[in-house]
Amino acid sequence: MADTYRPDSAEQLRELVAWASAEEAPLEVLGRGSKRGLGRPMQAQAGVDMTGFTGIIEYEPDELILAAHTGTPLAEIQAELAAKAQDFAFEPPDLGPLLGGEAGQATIGGTVSCNLAGPRRVKSGAVRDHFLGFHAVSGRGEAFKSGGRVVKNVTGYDLCKLMCGAYGTLAVMTDVTLKVLPVAEETRTVLLVGLDEDAAVKALTAGLQSAYEVSAAAHMPADIARASGVSTVRKSGGAVTALRIEGPPVSVKHRAKKLAEEVLHGHGETHELQDRTSRDFWAEVRDVRPFVGLDGTAVWRISVPPAEGAGVAKRLGEAVSGARYYLDWGGGLIWLAVPQGEDAQHASVRAALGDSTGHATLIKADPEVRAAVPVFQPQADGVAVLTKNLKDAFDPRRVLNPGRMYAGV
Amino acid sequence: MVAMPEPKRDILARKDEIVARLRDIVPGEGVIVREEELRAYETDGLTAYRQSPMVVVLPSTVEQVSKVMAYCHEQGIRVVPRGAGTSLSGGALPLEDGILLGLGKFNRILEIDYENRCVVAQPGVTNLGITKAVEHEGFYYAPDPSSQIACSIGGNVAENSGGVHCLKYGLTTNNVLGVEMVLIDGTVVRLGGKHLDSDGYDMLGLINGSEGLLGVVTEVTVRILKSPETARAVLVGFPSNEQAGDTVAAIISSGIVPAGVEMMDKPAIHAAEDFVQAGYPLDVEALLICELDGPEAEVDELLARVSRLAEENGATYERVSKDEEERARFWAGRKAAFPAVGRVTPDYYCMDGTIPRHRLAHVLGRMREMSEHYGLRVANVFHAGDGNLHPLIMYDANEGDQLERAENFGADILKLCVEVGGVLTGEHGVGVEKRDLMGTMFNEVDLNTQQRVKCAFDPNGLLNPGKVFPTLHRCAELGRMHISRGKMPFPDLPRF
Ligand SMILES: Cc1cc2nc3c(=O)[nH]c(=O)nc-3n(C[C@H](O)[C@H](O)[C@H](O)COP(=O)(O)OP(=O)(O)OC[C@H]3O[C@@H](n4cnc5c(N)ncnc54)[C@H](O)[C@@H]3O)c2cc1C
Repeated sequence: MADTYRPDSAEQLRELVAWASAEEAPLEVLGRGSKRGLGRPMQAQAGVDMTGFTGIIEYEPDELILAAHTGTPLAEIQAELAAKAQDFAFEPPDLGPLLGGEAGQATIGGTVSCNLAGPRRVKSGAVRDHFLGFHAVSGRGEAFKSGGRVVKNVTGYDLCKLMCGAYGTLAVMTDVTLKVLPVAEETRTVLLVGLDEDAAVKALTAGLQSAYEVSAAAHMPADIARASGVSTVRKSGGAVTALRIEGPPVSVKHRAKKLAEEVLHGHGETHELQDRTSRDFWAEVRDVRPFVGLDGTAVWRISVPPAEGAGVAKRLGEAVSGARYYLDWGGGLIWLAVPQGEDAQHASVRAALGDSTGHATLIKADPEVRAAVPVFQPQADGVAVLTKNLKDAFDPRRVLNPGRMYAGV
Repeated sequence: MVAMPEPKRDILARKDEIVARLRDIVPGEGVIVREEELRAYETDGLTAYRQSPMVVVLPSTVEQVSKVMAYCHEQGIRVVPRGAGTSLSGGALPLEDGILLGLGKFNRILEIDYENRCVVAQPGVTNLGITKAVEHEGFYYAPDPSSQIACSIGGNVAENSGGVHCLKYGLTTNNVLGVEMVLIDGTVVRLGGKHLDSDGYDMLGLINGSEGLLGVVTEVTVRILKSPETARAVLVGFPSNEQAGDTVAAIISSGIVPAGVEMMDKPAIHAAEDFVQAGYPLDVEALLICELDGPEAEVDELLARVSRLAEENGATYERVSKDEEERARFWAGRKAAFPAVGRVTPDYYCMDGTIPRHRLAHVLGRMREMSEHYGLRVANVFHAGDGNLHPLIMYDANEGDQLERAENFGADILKLCVEVGGVLTGEHGVGVEKRDLMGTMFNEVDLNTQQRVKCAFDPNGLLNPGKVFPTLHRCAELGRMHISRGKMPFPDLPRF
């Protein structure tokens, strides 16, 4: 790639994209590059570095909203929020280390563009559920906005949803407004030890079906639990199934007790992780730490109906050689590590989904592998046509991250 | 009054032939042309607007929907989808030369999946119908518009409807996992499913709130939740709207997320109390209904905190619901607020702007001035927790220029919402009602960008045209790019 440009005003950015569009010069859009290795490799002619757009524009704790320029480091924003005992409820993961970089590099723009959410997804939703408005420059070189700064808004199409998870292929956002929420006063995790996947997903399902507002539900098979950074988990001597409860102290105490005594009764003996260790454990699950730093390994992220997670995991174990995995989202999210080989075993991985609705995304692999296999789940014909039409609507000359998600898009 | 697209004379001239073809696709009583029968469809919840459609089609299978759509696409016939017809923005208003496609026969629940905590329903199932189907197992569907006994889940998706419990549990869009949808050319697509995250562009998110302009939803998968252990509501009365507004801000900023916080002003309180005898105090200027749910111990503690905050802000009345019956009664008054106001005035016009919460006092003050200026009364019910206002402007359509004054008053309120940093509509949709105000929030580029999204789904503009967008452009014209090649504009832009 020849040059990387670093505009610092919306007008500069607009002219840059308009120029690229006229020249049909493909641009790679970058925050701080922490998720650069995610997606199909691109042949960009130039880079657009968005770190010139930094700073919090507006943070109103009473209104529960925050607006920031997209190049602002997520860590900086979260520190600001923490000072007021607030945070993003979607628990954004830090995938930097998994993808071979440093921790703490993510920007708010990249986080929104990739719609990555952590364990609290089961209760509070993903980034897309907290994303209220933005300003952006489309691939047409036009500056536009959508949404607003209030929580409830149906004025016009919800383009926030389209931007979130578009990996920068439709428009370059210059600022975003998100909903924030108070941090739970307390967190506790109830653990079960020694369950196989079937039994574990049944226990997680029972927890999520209960009235006790489980805010995270994961299962680590024994081989993963053994390497955990949390000693209680590491020393448990078997697979670990975990359910998290958060809220005001009286409530957490009550719900953790009910969960252990009434809901999980019959699923095995329960243990507890309190505050600090509970937080550490979920950070490990969130940031995919079990698969950080493994050479020659490709990592998949598989989203399926939660109760079907055990079946899919079992099929993965049978059909994919060298498969290691753990489950989050009550079984609905499977993190899978496989020996990379030439194709990350993509055919067997996707075949393991069987009749379940859902998708498998190749999150980490060498560029040659990502160039050779579909990184994102291949789409049904009708949806593929709409995808192409939407790309035409925003970026007809294919200048923004072209091909990052699908060939020709 | 908002102007609708010019009817296509050639289509109207071919009506008999079109009806015959539609009868081939949807046999029996599913095609309606008799004038008296069409009248039932000429308006939705925005009754100031009326128009009979050319023909009503009530398909009962996805295949029929697909064939009707493909035929309309091929022939250039306009289609307006309709659920239960409770839209308050005229979203389901028919077109003179169009087919009104009613989804009323799609009224079955297809699957209840407790393990994955979801329900798969046809779009004509009512919002409350979903909760009814799962409540014996202790589950419910969280978004609860006041119209929930009547409105359809398909309509909820189209409008991204909200309800009093959306503050804690999210709007329709946050509770829908998947849809099946028929595009204008008859293609059937599935977006999402029972899994949590969509892959590729989040078109499922885009469909929510798209007001029937992108496709016809023929199946919806929604998330269900276990009912909380306990739920209690507290009524708190104040001598002024300002104090009630400040209390809401204090509750939210203290870290409490109530299941719902609603506010009513004096005229709304009186109308509701007269209508359903909810037990509201009549000597206060503003009333809050705040609900907390969860374990008993948590609810007790949070109620105490709410009480303290209310007292600090000058509350003069407080009553906590003692049992389920009383809690239901507190809500009954709020949920019946629209019809209650309807009893004290020949007509009312319901507005739906959202504002940043801290601007409430200012907005209500300005609204009082406008009320005097226009000589029309206004009652306010308010999803206070998320800043969503519902001023109900009272008027009499048979009295002189009152309708026109009501419309102007309404437009001024919405412009005020935008002026203070809010938006034109929080949950009722743009429809025809707010269409011509879109320019107060969006410039031409913003609107063209949105219309290109419309073009990606419906290149000939046949689905529900005349709604949402003030000016209709041809897709070919919008798609064109004006390229001016030139030098790189910022030669000294930092590069490395
Ligand atoms: C008394 C009263 C109280 C209300 N309270 C609330 C409230 O608290 N919160 C709230 O959000 N709204 C409320 N509403 C507004 C209204 O009920 C909602 O907007 C509701 O979602 C509309 O559903 P419906 O089935 O009646 O849709 P309709 O009115 O039939 O249609 C609404 C729109 O959806 C489209 N549409 C309908 N079905 C489909 C489909 N299957 N596929 C594609 N497009 C479709 C139509 O074209 C139209 O644009 C209230 C209305 C009334 C009359």
